[in-house]
Amino acid sequence: MTLMLEELQHIARIEKERQEGFQHRIRVCVAAGCLSCQSGVLKEALEKEVSRRGMENWVDVKGVGCLGLCTAGPLVAIEPEGTLYQGVKVSDIGPIIEALGGSPVVDLQCSTDLAFFSKQHKIVLENCGKIDPERIEDYIAERGYEALYNALRGMTPKEVIDEISKGGLRGRGGAGYPTGLKWTTVSKAVSDTKYVICNADEGDPGAFMDRSVLESDPHRVLEGMAIAAYAVGANHGFIYVRAEYPLAVKRLRTAIAHAERMGVLGNNIFNTRFQFDIKVRLGAGAFVCGEETALISSIEGRLGKPRPRPPYPAESGLWGFPTLINNVETFANIAPIIRNGGAWFAGIGTEKSKGTKVFALAGRVNHTGLIEVPMGTILREIVFDIGGGIPGAGKFKAVQTGGPSGGCIPEQYLDMPVDYESLAEVGSIMGSGGMIVMDQSSCMVDVARFFMEFCMSESCGKCVPCRVGTTQLYNLLNNITRGSAVPADLATIEELCDLVKNTALCGLGQTAPNPVLSTLHYFKDEYLAHIEDKYCPANTCKMKTATFHCDRAQDG
Amino acid sequence: MIQASGEATQSTEKFAQMAQDRRWRMVNRTIRLNGNQPDALIETLHAVQDSFGFLDLEAMEYVAHQLRVPLSRVYAVATFYHYFALKPPGEHTCVVCLGTACYIGGSSAILESIHEHAGIHPGETTEDGKVSLLIARCLGSCGLAPAAVFDGEVAGKLNPAAVVEKIRRWTSHDSDA
Repeated sequence: MTLMLEELQHIARIEKERQEGFQHRIRVCVAAGCLSCQSGVLKEALEKEVSRRGMENWVDVKGVGCLGLCTAGPLVAIEPEGTLYQGVKVSDIGPIIEALGGSPVVDLQCSTDLAFFSKQHKIVLENCGKIDPERIEDYIAERGYEALYNALRGMTPKEVIDEISKGGLRGRGGAGYPTGLKWTTVSKAVSDTKYVICNADEGDPGAFMDRSVLESDPHRVLEGMAIAAYAVGANHGFIYVRAEYPLAVKRLRTAIAHAERMGVLGNNIFNTRFQFDIKVRLGAGAFVCGEETALISSIEGRLGKPRPRPPYPAESGLWGFPTLINNVETFANIAPIIRNGGAWFAGIGTEKSKGTKVFALAGRVNHTGLIEVPMGTILREIVFDIGGGIPGAGKFKAVQTGGPSGGCIPEQYLDMPVDYESLAEVGSIMGSGGMIVMDQSSCMVDVARFFMEFCMSESCGKCVPCRVGTTQLYNLLNNITRGSAVPADLATIEELCDLVKNTALCGLGQTAPNPVLSTLHYFKDEYLAHIEDKYCPANTCKMKTATFHCDRAQDG
Repeated sequence: MIQASGEATQSTEKFAQMAQDRRWRMVNRTIRLNGNQPDALIETLHAVQDSFGFLDLEAMEYVAHQLRVPLSRVYAVATFYHYFALKPPGEHTCVVCLGTACYIGGSSAILESIHEHAGIHPGETTEDGKVSLLIARCLGSCGLAPAAVFDGEVAGKLNPAAVVEKIRRWTSHDSDA
C-alpha cells in the first residue's frame, strides 16, 4: 500500500475531528517517571470512572508521553482548559471529573505559569505530553510524516543535506559533530548497501532524555531516520536501544509495526522508489556500546569493543558498509528542520550551537524533570528559574554535566551560556544532556570517585591505558575518601589523568579523567582537606585509616 | 573420530529434545525471526534470559549449536554484557539504582542498610534464595531519586528504612505462611 499526501492529510483531519469531538480531554502522563508513581493504574481508573458515569462520548482519557515535571508525578493535564494536576491519586479522580468545565481542584493544581514551563522552548519535545505514543494517527495529526513526504517527493537527497547543514544542527550525542557534514560523508561513500543507525544506548547515569523521547514520541525518531536514509542513500536502519528501557523498546516496536502498516516504512514509500526498514536491536548493559564502533560490533552480535578510527563508520561501518550513526535527539530534530527550513532552525540558539537542547535536570533541585531550552541559555536560569533552585536550606555547589565524561561546573560559572564551546572551556562537555545539581551535602572527591568507579567497571579492557589507568585512578581516589592518601598522590593522579586522556583508544577512556580533573581544578581545597586533615567537608566520606576494604582496594 | 561423531549425535539428540520445551520454542522463534543469523546472538541470549531468568552452560551450548557459532563466543558475549545473569535469580529481586542522581540522593546508604539487614552485597542472593540484590547503572528515573525496582516495579523517593521494610516483608511474609 502506498500512501499519498492527500491520504496523510485525510488521516490527520479525521483524527483532529475525533479529538475535537470531545469536550474535555484528560491526558495522563504514562512516561517512565509517572508510571513509577502508578500513573498506569490511575489512567485505567480514570477510564473506568468516565465510562461508569456515561461520559465517554464527550470526555477522552488518553495516555501521553512525558509532561516534563517528573518530580510532581503522576501528572494529569486537562484540555482545552489547560489545567495541570500534580501528584494525582486514584481517590482524586471523582473531584477531577466533577471539576471538568468548572473551576479546577485547587489542592491538586500545578501552576502552569512556573518558569519551569514558560522558559522552555520545545522542538524535540513538542509532541511530548500531547500525543498518544502508541497511536500513529495522533502523530500524523500533528503534521507527522509530512516532512518525510516533502523530502521524498519534493527534494533531492542533496537538498535535504543542504537544509540540515544550513540549520547548523550538531550531533546531540555529546561530541557535537556537525550533522550535515556526517551525512555528506556517508552520502558520498560509494556502496549499494548503506545503513542508518540510531544510537539509543543512553548509558550515562543521570540522563534520561532519549528514553523520554522514545517513550513519548517514537514516530518522530523513525521519521528522522527515514529522512536521513533517503539523504544518504541507505535502505536499512537499526535502532540500538538499552534493554533496561523495556517501555521504550515496546513503544518503538509498536511504532515500527504501525509505520509499516501505514506504508511510511517499507517499500515504495509515498509511491517513490525509496525503501527503508528499521529493526530494533537490544543492548545488554554495556556503557562502552554508546561508542559508535563498539555499538556496531554489538549489533553484529559480538563483544562491544571499540576499534581504532579511521576508518570511520561513515566509510566502513556495520558489516563493513558505510553507516550513518546519529543519536536519538539528533534524529528527533530532523523532521522539524525539513518542515520549517534550515534558516528557521539556525535562528535559534547561539552562533556555533544552533537549536535547542534537551536536559534531564536532576539532583538537588526543586523541579526535577525533562526540559528543553535554546542553546546558550544561562546556566543560572536553568538551575534557579526552571529548576526552581535548591530545596530546603541547601546551597548550590556545582552542576555536573556530561556524566562520566563530563565535569563539575562550580558557582562562579553560573552565568555562563550553555553551549558546546562554553562547556568545553570550563572543562566539562555537553554530553547527552544529563544535568545533576549538587549542594553542600555532596563531596566532590566522592563524586569523582563515583564516576571513576563507573568508568573502571565499564571499561571494556581492550586498551591498557583505560583498563589499568581507570583502576589505578579509582584506587587513588578511594584512598583519599578513606583518609589514607598522602599529598604526593595528587601529583600522581594528575599525571595518570593526563596519560589516560591522551592514550586511551576510545572516548570512554579519553574522557574518563574529566570528572577528576574538573573537581581537582575547582575543588582542590576539598581534596586537601581529605588528605591533610583527614576531614570530609561534606561529611559524606567515612574517614578510616587502615580497613579491610582499604587494603583490598590497594591490592586490587 | 568415531567417538567425536558419536558425541555430536548425542548432543544433537539432546538439543532436539530440548527444542520440544515451550520455553525453548520461544527462543527458537527469536532465532527464526532473525533469519537464523549468528548476528542475532545477543537477541537470542535476551530471549533465553526472558524465558529462563538466567543463562547456564547448557543454554549457552544450545544457543551455540542453533546459531552455529563457537561456544567460546557465546560465553564471551554472555559474560561481557552486564545484563546477562549466569546464576539463577532469587524469588524476588531488588535492583537499586546507582545513577548519579540516585547516588547523591543516598543510594549507597540504601545498599548498606540492605547489607546490614539481609547480609547480601550487590550481585548476591540470600541463602534461602528469597531475595537477589542487583544494581543498575541508571534507571532513567532520575526525577524520582533515589529509585529502585522491586520485582519489576519502579519505586522512587526511597529511604533506607522503606527499602529494608520491603525486603523484610518478602523474607518474613513467606516464612510466616
